[in-house]
Amino acid sequence: MTALQVSNLSKSYGEGNPALHNLSFEVREGELLSIVGPSGCGKTTLLKCVAGLVPATRGEVRVHGEEVSGVPEGLAVVFQDYGRSLFPWMKVGQNVEFPLETLRLPKAERQERVERSLAAVGLEGKHERYPWQLSGGMQQRVAIARALAYRPKVLLMDEPFASVDAQTRSGLEDLTRRVHLEFGMTILFVTHDIDESVYLADRLVVLRRSPGSVLAELVIELPRVRDQIVTKSLPAFVRQRSVVAQHIKDAS
Amino acid sequence: MSAAHAPAGRRAGGLAQGLLARLGPVVLAVLLWQWAALAAGSPFFPPPGRIAGRVAELWFSEPLLTERFWQDAGPSVLRALTGWLAGAALGVVVGLAAGLWKAAAGYVDPPVNFLRSLPKPAIVPVFLLVFGSGDLMRIGLITFGCVWPVLLNTMQGVRSVDPMYLETARAFHIPPRTQLLRVVIPAALPKIFAGMRVTLSLSLILMVLSEWLLADHGLGHFLITAQRTFEILDVWAAIVLLGLLGYLLNVLFLAAERRVLRSRPS
Repeated sequence: MTALQVSNLSKSYGEGNPALHNLSFEVREGELLSIVGPSGCGKTTLLKCVAGLVPATRGEVRVHGEEVSGVPEGLAVVFQDYGRSLFPWMKVGQNVEFPLETLRLPKAERQERVERSLAAVGLEGKHERYPWQLSGGMQQRVAIARALAYRPKVLLMDEPFASVDAQTRSGLEDLTRRVHLEFGMTILFVTHDIDESVYLADRLVVLRRSPGSVLAELVIELPRVRDQIVTKSLPAFVRQRSVVAQHIKDAS
Repeated sequence: MSAAHAPAGRRAGGLAQGLLARLGPVVLAVLLWQWAALAAGSPFFPPPGRIAGRVAELWFSEPLLTERFWQDAGPSVLRALTGWLAGAALGVVVGLAAGLWKAAAGYVDPPVNFLRSLPKPAIVPVFLLVFGSGDLMRIGLITFGCVWPVLLNTMQGVRSVDPMYLETARAFHIPPRTQLLRVVIPAALPKIFAGMRVTLSLSLILMVLSEWLLADHGLGHFLITAQRTFEILDVWAAIVLLGLLGYLLNVLFLAAERRVLRSRPS
């Protein structure tokens, strides 16, 4: 079943300044789809259009078959800039719980979800800390926990690990993969990092730029459970990585 | 963090040193003043020792505060704080509205800046005519003075809320009312507090000014009466008490501000 369907999506900022042109792709239920492209190909614009944060010029977005206008129900976003998307005046637990209050869930269930999602990202017992007291990687885990607790139908991730160090990044990639498998979470993952896009994805879309549109689509032929060292030395990984790299080179 | 791990002795030593560094220059200045006043022997500049004695005699004896203290300072502080709070409340409410309503910015900014720049004493005759010579005029004047800095700061605070915060809130379907209460106001709070801190001292200035006019009690009245009757020592005593009150209010406000904003990165 299709979880997210993007059809003929176009976005331009004013006349003659198209950012996205006639973009179509779908994310299937329980799938992790990577979107990778050279910088300036409109990845962030695409994600904001899907999240309903900026209006599309043309085309439509459907979540579970329902056409959405404005911010769709059942989506959660993890932004690149965790420092500015977590609220510094709320404790870690409050940050995770805040969106749940709007869902009108009973207090007990909210708390259970906060516990579970913080545990899922390895931050149990950090409720009472403030985000700015944590490292960058931990802050991004809080943002992921917040999205998990929200139990979205589709999780959007916008270059979420672009501003953490390489070690932390591998850990967060594995966390994303684990969450995807354990919770059966449908994820749309936007990145400019080729290795990351291949390592994480079940399926992958390469964008070309000016204006952004779909250049290629490929199914990643890697086992479901992955390992930073083992997976990245598999012939399939090396081959598909080169294919994507060649596409990106053509796209730039 | 490092202070918490330092040995107790060194911490106490550091505290004493900090206190000395802070109070040292003050003590030195007072001593110098004392010496200069004694040397000059001018009736207009009594030595600080005598002023302190007079302050204590008027307001700070039997056991802690005299009845006179409540008579002189009580109404004054009450007026200042009432006007300050009313001004701050008004400033926050209007500032929030003006900050949120982006289209109104062009209409709001010029008149607000005009009114803010108006020397406050200039408005006194109008307030006297409209509100009479009672407390309404005094509190009204203080309120009028305190509104503008808080209003401007609140407005700027709201306008400069990081758009990422709002995008995040929107992405999670946080309704507008909750966004205002839980995101916009907390994000603007440091600026709101900065505005309120500025107006706290302004409220004392306007309180004294308003009590020079047709008042029969209060510190401003005490001060102006002392001056008219050549009670030089009382003039100085009133100045010192006003300074002490201003200092105390500021310390209290800073403590409250630190408490409310304690959860922020420094």
